[in-house]
Amino acid sequence: MSERAPKGASIVFETVGKAFTKPGGGTVSAVDDVSLTVEAGAITGIIGRSGAGKSTLLRMANGLERPTSGKVLVGGQDVGTAQGAALRAIRRDVGMIFQHFNLLASRTVAGNIALPLEVAGVPKPKIKARVADLIDRVGLTAQADRYPAELSGGQKQRVGIARALATEPKVLLSDEATSALDPKTTQTVLELLKDINRELGLTILLITHEMAVVRDIASHVAVIDNGKIVEAGTTYDVFTAPQHPTTRAFLSGVLGVTLPTFLKDKIQDTRPVGPAEEVIRVTFAGKHATDPMLALLTRDLGLQVNILAGAVEEIGTRPFGNLLVSLDAAKGADARAYLERHGLLTEVLGYVG
Amino acid sequence: MSANLIALLIEATGQTLYMVAISTLLGTMFGLPLGVFLAISQRGELLSAPWVNKVLGLVVNATRSVPFIILVVAIIPFTRAIAGTSIGTTAAIVPLTIAAVPFIARLVENAIREVDSGLIEAARAMGATPFQIIRKVLVPEALPSITLGLTLAVVSLIGYSAMVGAVGGEGLGDLGIRYGYQRFMPDVMAVVVVILIVLVQLVQSIGEWIAARVDKRAPKGRGQ
Repeated sequence: MSERAPKGASIVFETVGKAFTKPGGGTVSAVDDVSLTVEAGAITGIIGRSGAGKSTLLRMANGLERPTSGKVLVGGQDVGTAQGAALRAIRRDVGMIFQHFNLLASRTVAGNIALPLEVAGVPKPKIKARVADLIDRVGLTAQADRYPAELSGGQKQRVGIARALATEPKVLLSDEATSALDPKTTQTVLELLKDINRELGLTILLITHEMAVVRDIASHVAVIDNGKIVEAGTTYDVFTAPQHPTTRAFLSGVLGVTLPTFLKDKIQDTRPVGPAEEVIRVTFAGKHATDPMLALLTRDLGLQVNILAGAVEEIGTRPFGNLLVSLDAAKGADARAYLERHGLLTEVLGYVG
Repeated sequence: MSANLIALLIEATGQTLYMVAISTLLGTMFGLPLGVFLAISQRGELLSAPWVNKVLGLVVNATRSVPFIILVVAIIPFTRAIAGTSIGTTAAIVPLTIAAVPFIARLVENAIREVDSGLIEAARAMGATPFQIIRKVLVPEALPSITLGLTLAVVSLIGYSAMVGAVGGEGLGDLGIRYGYQRFMPDVMAVVVVILIVLVQLVQSIGEWIAARVDKRAPKGRGQ
């Protein structure tokens, strides 16, 4: 299980739509005109609120849902129209793990992992060897003959991961795989997914409603809102320069940089008449993350800058800083121009009169 | 009680067990697949066929609506065609089986429908065929409930088997009526009732024991 060459497959959504028929007639659009390329061998996160359509989008990657318009290609094969044996063959190349694990209560750990191999018609002795390998891979050797009811949540998800890897898939789909786990267990499961991605080179597409999960393992992220992809890019770019309000809303939770409450209540979108303070979010990315820019700003422009909140974060191994400051609104434009000239990103959050 | 009567009681117990065992076996053979099909042919399920499902459901309900004693008499021509005769213990197996099939089918249907739909989704995602999903996921996962359902069916069949005296089927019920009631031998009636109680208790206990053995849903003993 240590082949080095990436063997992941890309997933391409081409103007994909999915409409459901309502019981009383009419349709609801769950996914609307989505075009997204999931790079082979990368870990890509799709983040969205519940009901945003992320689950439907993920399920189109292995044909559990059929698109009503557009195309879904996995490794160049059209999943959306594949039928019968062809669809089942594609599905063996696409593993899937679930929020509630979906393990068979009637089978042991080893039995659960063997299931996809039995389904694929692998001969028994081969199944045995492969299952032993996989159990070892996810660190459950001591639990091989236990039943799911005897396992902790983290162990169950490890079984789920081993089962999903059994047929040596090119793609792993993760449906909120850590949402039912506590934070510590979440970390160990995410680490396992990262290791698998690195060692096996398979593509991982995960959906989540937690930005922390994206930050911790995804190299790419797409934000879905109301069935549409509103923002997509590398995790670093999206984190350091979010464009869409939904993205910002997700980020505010994970960055730990939010406005103090006393300001939140007073802040307004338009600049009031008379003296006012402008509230700015300054993002230090890459090599500027540790520069003493505010000191320079004060020195060069003679500005008084109030620091409201701030933190330095890491994505992968690249640091970036996030700072909320307020300064005289009359000089706001100058200050922002100065900061951007020095390679920082700024965003006006509002004004306080 | 004379040795003669004891021999009769033993023979009648054997006949009851024979009728119940064969009709349970046949009832399961037909009822299990029918129940599975009823569960998975509903709209939006694995083998969605809503119309077939509706028609089969109607037939099952109709059969279950007919009181057993009427069913026994009503299907006499059918019984004769199958068993070669319409009287006797072997012939009685036909109406017992006809009653058992829809009963077992409904019990199996309920058990299958209780299986978490997430498991079906996981199996589909693995590339399993509908038949593989039935054989490797639905039936094994529903086995504890199916076992309890079959226990219920056996207990009901023991009760039904007491009525087949009407068409010359023998067994404990018939013995109780002919000796205990018609010849006014209350001691025979009492013994018949006691044997039936013991039989039902045994079946129930064995059924529950098997169900517990196949049920891996809750941890037993071996802790986390």
